[in-house]
Amino acid sequence: MSAPLPPAFQDWFATRGWDLHPHQQAMLDRAAAPALLLTAPTGGGKTLAGFLPSLVELADGTRTGLHTLYISPLKALAADIRRNLATPVAEMALPIRIEDRTGDTSYTSKRRQRADPPQILLTTPESLALLTSYEDAPRIFAGLSRVIIDEIHALAESKRGDQLMLALARLETLAPGLRRVGLSATVDDPPAIGRLMARHPDPVEILEADPGPAPDIRMLETEEPPPWSGGGGRYAIPAVLCEVRKHRTTLIFHNTRAQAEIFFHHLWLANDEGLPIGIHHGSLSREQRERVEAAMVAGELRAIVCTGSLDLGIDWGDVDLVIQVGGPKNVKRLVQRIGRANHRYNAPSKALLVPANRFEIIECQAALDAVRARDLDGAPRGPGPRDVLCQHILIAACAGPFSADSLFAEMTSAGAFADLARADFDACLEFCATGGYAFRAYDRWQRLKQRPDGLWQLRDPRAAQRIRMNIGTIQDTDTLKVRMKGRGGKPLGEVEEGFAASLTPGDSFLIGGQIVRYEGLREMTVEVTRHAADRPKVAVFNGTKFAATTKLMDRILEMLRQEDWPDLPDHTRDWLRLQRDVSRLPERDRLLVESFPFDGRAHVCVYGFAGRNAQQTLGLLLTRRMETAGLAPLGFVSTDYATLIWGLEPLRDATPLFDRGGLRDGLAGWLASNAVMKRTFRASATIAGLIERNTIGARKNGRQATFSSDILYDTLLKYDPDHLLMEITREEALRGLVDFGRIEEMLDRVSGRIDHVRLDRVSPFAAPLLLEVGKVPVLGEGRERLVAAEAERLMAAAGLKM
Amino acid sequence: MNGMPLTFAGATLEARASGALWWADARLLCVSDLHLGKAERQARRGGSLLPPYETAETLERLDAEIEALSPGIVICLGDSFDDTASESALDPAHRLWLSRLIAGRDWIWIAGNHDPGPLSLAGRHLAEYDAGPLSFRHIAGAEAAPGEISGHYHPKARLGGVGRRCFLVDESRLILPAFGTYTGGMSITAPELAALVSKTARAILTGPTQVILPAARA
Repeated sequence: MSAPLPPAFQDWFATRGWDLHPHQQAMLDRAAAPALLLTAPTGGGKTLAGFLPSLVELADGTRTGLHTLYISPLKALAADIRRNLATPVAEMALPIRIEDRTGDTSYTSKRRQRADPPQILLTTPESLALLTSYEDAPRIFAGLSRVIIDEIHALAESKRGDQLMLALARLETLAPGLRRVGLSATVDDPPAIGRLMARHPDPVEILEADPGPAPDIRMLETEEPPPWSGGGGRYAIPAVLCEVRKHRTTLIFHNTRAQAEIFFHHLWLANDEGLPIGIHHGSLSREQRERVEAAMVAGELRAIVCTGSLDLGIDWGDVDLVIQVGGPKNVKRLVQRIGRANHRYNAPSKALLVPANRFEIIECQAALDAVRARDLDGAPRGPGPRDVLCQHILIAACAGPFSADSLFAEMTSAGAFADLARADFDACLEFCATGGYAFRAYDRWQRLKQRPDGLWQLRDPRAAQRIRMNIGTIQDTDTLKVRMKGRGGKPLGEVEEGFAASLTPGDSFLIGGQIVRYEGLREMTVEVTRHAADRPKVAVFNGTKFAATTKLMDRILEMLRQEDWPDLPDHTRDWLRLQRDVSRLPERDRLLVESFPFDGRAHVCVYGFAGRNAQQTLGLLLTRRMETAGLAPLGFVSTDYATLIWGLEPLRDATPLFDRGGLRDGLAGWLASNAVMKRTFRASATIAGLIERNTIGARKNGRQATFSSDILYDTLLKYDPDHLLMEITREEALRGLVDFGRIEEMLDRVSGRIDHVRLDRVSPFAAPLLLEVGKVPVLGEGRERLVAAEAERLMAAAGLKM
Repeated sequence: MNGMPLTFAGATLEARASGALWWADARLLCVSDLHLGKAERQARRGGSLLPPYETAETLERLDAEIEALSPGIVICLGDSFDDTASESALDPAHRLWLSRLIAGRDWIWIAGNHDPGPLSLAGRHLAEYDAGPLSFRHIAGAEAAPGEISGHYHPKARLGGVGRRCFLVDESRLILPAFGTYTGGMSITAPELAALVSKTARAILTGPTQVILPAARA
């Protein structure tokens, strides 16, 4: 059945010389479907496809109240869509009010939107969750007819998506029969996303738009080979500049913010022609980012050095080249990034990969092969996380008294929570109500109380305010704002608290592409002045580091098996041969362990190829065993392919370290007390409402009244190790940061075949690891020995006696 | 070693790894900022429900110090309770535990900004206490009187990437770390703390390896 476009729309398309894409027509045809998922490549007119049915339904002006809710993962995207919709709505003179509502919307606008909602409201998962927490939510959402979730593939990978789907379940209760529409980039498994977004157990209709022509993608050829080690791709700057010159607008993607900063700095130094080039990443101030975005849309920039902050949705002007610097880590994300180039339907995107070091040449080659084979990687997510569930129970309580039975029924209609056991739900409710502690201390001060009629409600209505302040699943990191010194100093961005603590006045560092001099800390803002220095430090940002996927790692190990590597550049072939001569090459069914002295410390390098998170866990488990064995490990660092450990004593025998039973036992014991668990606990405890975000803020202000979440973790571990939050933390860590599953996979394929190679110096493969950032200290005997020595040195230097 | 010897105002003291201060000659043990009842107070005020174990944990560590040293005098240097209502809200078992610790000793509760009022627990409740060359008060005075021992600021220092509670000491002042479990810390480089002590001040870290370092390292 084909639904014709109303004449006004046909005329409008005609005057523009546009035709409806087949998938846009298909979306109109299936507008009545309760759940509809569209996957289309970037530039495929997805958003318009999503909105067309709403615009058509609202065209006659008879509908009042909220009709369509649009949810995007980015505030900026919501604002951008509002502007883009304004054009057709104005030109067709449609009687439709469209507004956005995000954290940036003013208080008065928000009040007015609640009293008199527009027909189309554009928002984010967090703002939606907040809206559902108000007592008047039933009135706001009554009559809601369609919900459009944009970039659902990105949301589906995180807790923001889980929160959103619980909010949708709530909306379904408030507006039964609402239709759900998901808009997604090309993904490996559309039905999996469909199951997440549909009301369980309703089916979902899936529309897959033509993926378009294959991208034009290759590795950037440079005169100078990539360095032996390190990251950032600085060697490639002349070649990159040359490409920028040849194209209209180039997006230069980096994996981390720090690398983007360094690259931008050097790109600018080499930019003799003064090409307009900008930088964009999540740690820059909003003002900075908005300026770059505006310049980009206006076509004033020839290149933008960026990170994942430009991964999503917004139409950033006329991009005709994407350059990915550093190993792509994930084939699916690489494909989506490539799609940023050429925002025209059915035109091939053009992309170049720039490996940052020789190892990444191998990774890039593996990724190229995968992209050409359209072999996307996907990692299934487990069942819906219970910390999000706890937050949602509290949100429900803010909106008014609720019945546990109905809330349970509502929540299990969200795909990710469909298999939630009633006992688990009850435990979450108990946690929200009483804290859920073995020692029942809060009978008088329960957060939620059950009324005589059986409904649950907040004991103290004032708690609603605090709960609302805590809504969301995005983790604030401990960052400090950076500002130019002086009255009304320009905000530049944020750096990690730990980095700020390492600065002394006079130090210089890079931020937002500028070198600045640290002047001091003023009311918890880092004050800086402009300053030129030759060797600035690099600010530490808490950007996300993705683990390379199993698919990519397998492709790499497969490649290493070859006798020779005719596809790879000569320098890389030589390097692989050198590693083979000096030590040996890692193999898929063996585990290579190297040990060597370097810089006065004993080093051990383990090539597990298990992905960054699993290698990180391996580092924690191995250092723990080494501590017991008296090797006094001091720290370690992990990449996707290896873990490098350093300590005071050399490793004699590697085999016992990798005994599986020992590792598993170690996991149980170790899980209890380590930094990764504490970090995971902090995230889950914040989401579940045990730690308040404003408490974290207060800690930044240096007040002694607030304390670290580590103390809560240690306390629970000692007195209540089976507490719900400890259970959630273990579960989260195992599938997230700990990723023990991939260690087991690695041990399976290796099955005891360990090659311990003892060297007298660092090996060609281990060298890059020495320069990796993200070193994890081991707080053991070795550290205590060093702390004592360091204190003695400082005292002696200051002329003080012990 | 469970402590580090320290000569202050002519008295030979020991900065204990636990964060307590021991004056062997006077058989005097001093702990500061216990903040007992912190979790209960937050719950009472409609905040989140923190693990209700911090009072037991704090008492356990205090008990261990008393057991190890058997002091004749115990000084709790203020902010022993998180607010004035926290004392009455004390779990009966914890009250009994405290009473057992107090029994047979000269127990002195110094008033703090969190717990200014009198307590129903045994012991003396004082604004300040002088003993020989030392004077104990909760908050350091604006003018440093020689021999002053205080708490309140929860001093903390970072060394080798590790943040630890610490004693902060110069010629005339000694500031104790917080002893309570649910307490945060203020960096010794924070202006409020740095302004209180002289340039030659030292920090003595608590924890498994006790070290002493210059407070003004920048």
